Amino acid sequence: MDLAFFLIQLLNGLQYGLLLFLVASGLTLIFGIMGIINLAHGSFYMVGAYLAWSLSSLTGSLSAAIALAIPLTVVLGMGLERLLFRHLYQRDHLYQVLLTYGLILVFEELRSLIWGDDVHGVAVPELLNYSIPLTENLSYPVYRLAISTVCLLLAFGLYFLIQRTRLGMMIRAGASNREMVQSLGIDIKLIYTLVFALGIALAAFAGMINAPLSSVFPNMGGGVLIICFVVVVIGGIGSVKGALIASLAIGLAETFGQVLVPEISGMIVYVLMAIVLVWRPQGLFGRA
Amino acid sequence: MKPSRLASYLPFVVVGLAALFPLLDNVYYMQLLTRVLIMAIFAMSLDLLVGYTGLVSFGHAAYFGLAGYALALMGPKYEAVSLWWSLPAAIGVCALFALITGTLVLRTRGIYFIMVTLAFAQMLFFVFHDTKLGGGSDGIYIYVKPEMLLGDFKVLDLENRDHFYWLALILAAGVYFFLRRVLGSNIGRALLGIKVNEHRMRALGFPVFRYQLASFTLSGGLAGLAGYLAAVQYGFVNPEILSWHQSGAVLMMVILGGMGTLYGPVIGAFAFVMLREVLSNQAWFGSWAGHWQLAMGSIIMLVALYMPRGLAGLFVKPVVTEAEEEAEDE
Repeated sequence: MDLAFFLIQLLNGLQYGLLLFLVASGLTLIFGIMGIINLAHGSFYMVGAYLAWSLSSLTGSLSAAIALAIPLTVVLGMGLERLLFRHLYQRDHLYQVLLTYGLILVFEELRSLIWGDDVHGVAVPELLNYSIPLTENLSYPVYRLAISTVCLLLAFGLYFLIQRTRLGMMIRAGASNREMVQSLGIDIKLIYTLVFALGIALAAFAGMINAPLSSVFPNMGGGVLIICFVVVVIGGIGSVKGALIASLAIGLAETFGQVLVPEISGMIVYVLMAIVLVWRPQGLFGRA
Repeated sequence: MKPSRLASYLPFVVVGLAALFPLLDNVYYMQLLTRVLIMAIFAMSLDLLVGYTGLVSFGHAAYFGLAGYALALMGPKYEAVSLWWSLPAAIGVCALFALITGTLVLRTRGIYFIMVTLAFAQMLFFVFHDTKLGGGSDGIYIYVKPEMLLGDFKVLDLENRDHFYWLALILAAGVYFFLRRVLGSNIGRALLGIKVNEHRMRALGFPVFRYQLASFTLSGGLAGLAGYLAAVQYGFVNPEILSWHQSGAVLMMVILGGMGTLYGPVIGAFAFVMLREVLSNQAWFGSWAGHWQLAMGSIIMLVALYMPRGLAGLFVKPVVTEAEEEAEDE
């Protein structure tokens, strides 16, 4: 493996990992703060990708589609929290699993009814549709770099929101003691709705920006969901920092796995998870 | 006779009546009932974990599917394999896999446990999906069904639909009475105690981990029994039988029927298989039949929201919930 090839794989791995982080951070926040296991999280990734495809074919521009789709997913997230998830906070995880599993089936069928079962491609925006040459025949697409940059900015934004703002303080307080926060006069229900909508919007956004690379196809949420579970288990539930580190590790492991040992690349992430479980059952940054 | 005495005879009556079903000579319903019986074994095995040990596994399809692959890979391709050794071997493989994964997953609890069991099942899915070991995404055909010979005498001929139905019935009834025996014994009480209050049981000196691992292993083995039968019925195995939709479906059967009871999963398996059959009936629902999962998903959500005790809970309170409520009252 020469240097340019290695560099490309490294960048691909980081880009994939950062994208996983967008989905996994929402998942881990919803776990950590609201105590909800959301199997349907991958469906929102799919919804985002399909919205990006259908709106960009309507408007002719991916950026316009994303600008239109984000408010839609936020409204979807808030609506579902009010209608469904709110009833599950005090319930056993078993029922959360069951309800969100049912939700996956409903989302898949609605997707099939609204958008059909075909595979669709999404065009890379004109402005970013060129590559940086690395050697004579190897080059790196700028769109992937743009995705990585946007994901990194969002990761910093998320860190800032949770650690440095008043809202973030309320979110953290709500995670450790719901009743206390409520009796201090803070509307914890509103905070839950916001956190849920934020998580959903992040997953959907990941689907949107990745649509030109992955294309848009049925059941695309399932694979992402399970990889993100592995990310959350490795990083530790509720830890955004853990999710970032685990996402990058998984992204790199899977990308290099596919190049070096393609036969067993599907299993590498699970072996990684098993090792972490033996060593630290609560995850790298989880509270014991 | 007291009603409770009557109720204790009910399983025998149901099994007796079910054994007569082939006399009606209705092939379609008999195949459907065979599937119900196989799924009932699968659901009972999961209920042992979810309802009696308090461990919510979302990767139970792994053991179900693994047994099917074990059968497909163990036997010669164009000759019948003997059921006498292939069934115990398939169950053994699943129990061993459950023992190994169990030691890992039992280090976690709650949400982690759900996710880790799911992830291990997915790992197995990719083993069979991505490598040539099990024929990749196409799977393997089982051309000849296993045979049950005593000397030269065919005990049951599994190519015969009636015989296969009886075998499924005998095994389902066997699993039911076996689990009833186990769960009624001190082991069952200990498992229940662990479900209700793990720390107290540990303080009382019970080896909690060993009990949980035993339950996990037994559950994996029984799921393997169901998977073996399913592979024989379908005549092929492919990665779909290990997919997480299978794990979701069996969890739905347990909850729909009523977890923490043994007849609950049986009722749940019956209701789920029938519901699926009705919802995907093209004569009744036309083009909507192709979208049967829309209705199924909605029903699953409604059950999760409004029927936490399942169908069995409409009639009786499972012993597990009673114990839990007593514990809460203290």
